[in-house]
Amino acid sequence: MSRTLLRMTGIAKQFPGVQALAGVAFDVEEGEVHGLLGENGAGKSTLLKIISGALQPDAGTIEFDGSTLALTTPEAALALGIVTIYQEFNLVPSLTVAENVFLGREPVTGPFVSWKTMRRDTRALAVRYGLDLPANRLVRNLSVAQQQMVEIARALSVRSRLIIMDEPTSALSDTESQRLFAIMRDLRRDGISTIFVTHRLSEVLQICDRVTVLRDGRISGKAATAGLTVDSIIRMMVGRSAAELFEPLPARSPGSAILTVRGLSRRGAVDDPRAVLLDEINFELRRGEILGIAGLIGSGRTELARCLFGADPKTAGDTIIADEVVAITTPEHAISHGIGLVPEDRKQQALFLDLAVRENLSIAALSKLSRFGFVKLRAEQALVRNYRESLNIRMASDEQSVKNLSGGNQQKVVLARWLALGPRILIVDEPTRGIDVGAKAEVHQLLHRMATSGIAIIAISSELPEVLAISDRILTMRAGRITGEVSRASASEEILMHLMTMGKAEAA
Amino acid sequence: MTKVEKTRSLAPRPFIRSMGRFAPVIFLVALMVTFAILEPRFLSSINLFNVMRQISITGLVAIGMTFVILTAGIDLSVGSLLALAGLAAAIVAKGGVESRFSVGAAAEAAGYGWLLAMLVAMAVGLLGGWLQGTAITRLKVPPFVVTLGGLSVFRGAALLIAGGGPISGFEPDYVWWGQGRIGPFPVPVILFLLFAAIAHVVLTYTRFGRNVYAVGGNVEAARLAGLPVRRVLVSVYVIVGLFAGLAGFVLSARLNSSEAVAGIGYELTVIAAVVIGGTSLFGGTGSVVGTVIGSILIGVLINGLVLMNVSSYVQQIIIGVIIVLAVAFDQFAKSR
Repeated sequence: MSRTLLRMTGIAKQFPGVQALAGVAFDVEEGEVHGLLGENGAGKSTLLKIISGALQPDAGTIEFDGSTLALTTPEAALALGIVTIYQEFNLVPSLTVAENVFLGREPVTGPFVSWKTMRRDTRALAVRYGLDLPANRLVRNLSVAQQQMVEIARALSVRSRLIIMDEPTSALSDTESQRLFAIMRDLRRDGISTIFVTHRLSEVLQICDRVTVLRDGRISGKAATAGLTVDSIIRMMVGRSAAELFEPLPARSPGSAILTVRGLSRRGAVDDPRAVLLDEINFELRRGEILGIAGLIGSGRTELARCLFGADPKTAGDTIIADEVVAITTPEHAISHGIGLVPEDRKQQALFLDLAVRENLSIAALSKLSRFGFVKLRAEQALVRNYRESLNIRMASDEQSVKNLSGGNQQKVVLARWLALGPRILIVDEPTRGIDVGAKAEVHQLLHRMATSGIAIIAISSELPEVLAISDRILTMRAGRITGEVSRASASEEILMHLMTMGKAEAA
Repeated sequence: MTKVEKTRSLAPRPFIRSMGRFAPVIFLVALMVTFAILEPRFLSSINLFNVMRQISITGLVAIGMTFVILTAGIDLSVGSLLALAGLAAAIVAKGGVESRFSVGAAAEAAGYGWLLAMLVAMAVGLLGGWLQGTAITRLKVPPFVVTLGGLSVFRGAALLIAGGGPISGFEPDYVWWGQGRIGPFPVPVILFLLFAAIAHVVLTYTRFGRNVYAVGGNVEAARLAGLPVRRVLVSVYVIVGLFAGLAGFVLSARLNSSEAVAGIGYELTVIAAVVIGGTSLFGGTGSVVGTVIGSILIGVLINGLVLMNVSSYVQQIIIGVIIVLAVAFDQFAKSR
């Protein structure tokens, strides 16, 4: 029988306002691939951070290789052979593959870096695990899959015992994923354990020996993969109805079509010019409708929002607004056609943190609020007062710096910015990310009111209960394609999860 | 009655906010008190007017530079552009390069007058700024590099058209813009304060001003809010160019002479004034009020050191240290 490498018991972790983990028992055996599953916010990241020494638990014990210990820093975990490969790579783009693999641990002869040893060892690693790694290439010029390989090579170069892979396949194609799985099998053969986090449940069945499922910070299931099916895993992950989390909004009656999208495609990411980000997207949006879009990270949901809004260029396809084909190549165009976008990252993409609430709220509507180029302060203040009351934005004063508001109130300021323009179509990307439950319900009510007033809304969210609570109709996306359309009445988390993770081809 | 109160409580506060950073003011007052105690001549009205007159030319450029730095940009070419614009003004005033050495009556007869000279100087500045702004937004070259190129290009152009020597001796109407007074106030000082007031109004009360702060504060958010980011960026370089052109004209009037080597090193004084005045090099925060205070602060410092017979080499060292301290203080204040 194989030995237990890592055993965690009674792990608890609290953040302000959230019990992220409670009484979690988790163990990994030597030389197994262990799947760690759960919805967004279930506590996976927190648990991984505790294992990698980046966070300290409030309670609980950790045993590694038979001895109880405290993982106080990432360095301490690394010294034990616990290596984490994060979703966002920690690579230096301007250095070569070999330099990245040995970053901070360069082999030396005397005071000098031994380039020869470094390159030789990198090649040896590549050969042993069948990695496609040109040692002298700059990481900048590698594809995402190859960069992943560099991360793995780095993990292998430090004599690891336990490798944590946080959604390593989200950016990989199917063939690339298969290559990664081959490497994981080699690691298993060498007695190295892997914790594998993924949302793609078919992959879990394919590669994992056992799975642990987290739900709301607690363990909701543990099992050997042999007896599992995708359905049984989804049941462990979901286990509660959307209605328990969010009050479903009252029914609406959408009107005629306002937006039709035909064959929308986008190719070419910054790091990979051949990547297909959006592939032949077709859909229709009606007046007064909330159209939910559900998809995992990397499914193309945010790319779709940005493309429609003119923030990123499209490769092909037509956008038809109110029976008229429109060319939208910049956000300015989109706005002139009555489209607004609430981007996914409030602080980086929407707010001017150094400016006051008033200036943040009015910035897009200044043309309506100025005469001869001068802003009419009275009109501007009236506008702010109006939205402050109607959206219940809680703030000390209009002149308060927007960075001092809570996340929920900041989001209301961004929503008010678009409402002030009287949009026909509003795209909201992760409208309640990082805001507390009470404010979430308020934002949902707000979206409902906007839809009832005739605005067509596209709502993107990675939280399925949210999508289910607010949408009239839901589209699912995977790998840049729309994989399904479900009406409000017939939708459930299970169905959406299937469509998001398997897609049409695999589901059939 | 409640209505009156409400109006007051909602009164525009941008002015207060721009005055909110009191640190440069406090430092300026402390400096003036120190010099007044150490050197009684410092407080004489003649000396104080002198300080103001000395800072007025770099101060004019600093007003324009405030717009650029608010967008997280920089313009290193202002000294060179100022020299080129001053030469252009002189050539127009003289009626051509041929009559450059003629002085007095002949020049007056041949020249086109100060108004045309001033307009040409500003046109040169506008064109230089537009070229650089366009290179920055269209070719996606960082402002530091584009204007470093400009620093060399404009200086070279100035040397080329000047052909080696200064162009001196303008008609009295021209010279008045540099040496004249209205009442007790030197004309350059009036220009400086007048344009500072206009720039302050533009930045705080107009749509364009808002856009400048927004683009500097978060360029991606500005783009996604539908602001004309490119147009705003080109505009700020045009504005600093206009101010460099005007300053070039005023400097040539004050010296009654234009030369290709005018304004060397001005970019440092100008940027220092803006930064000491509290405008962040990362964009998005700052004000023209701060820049005026920063300009005065540098002027007072140099003047006081001169009165106390501190060598000009030591002055340079002190100013360099103060620039670093001002930014360090800014970072410290932000981190709290």
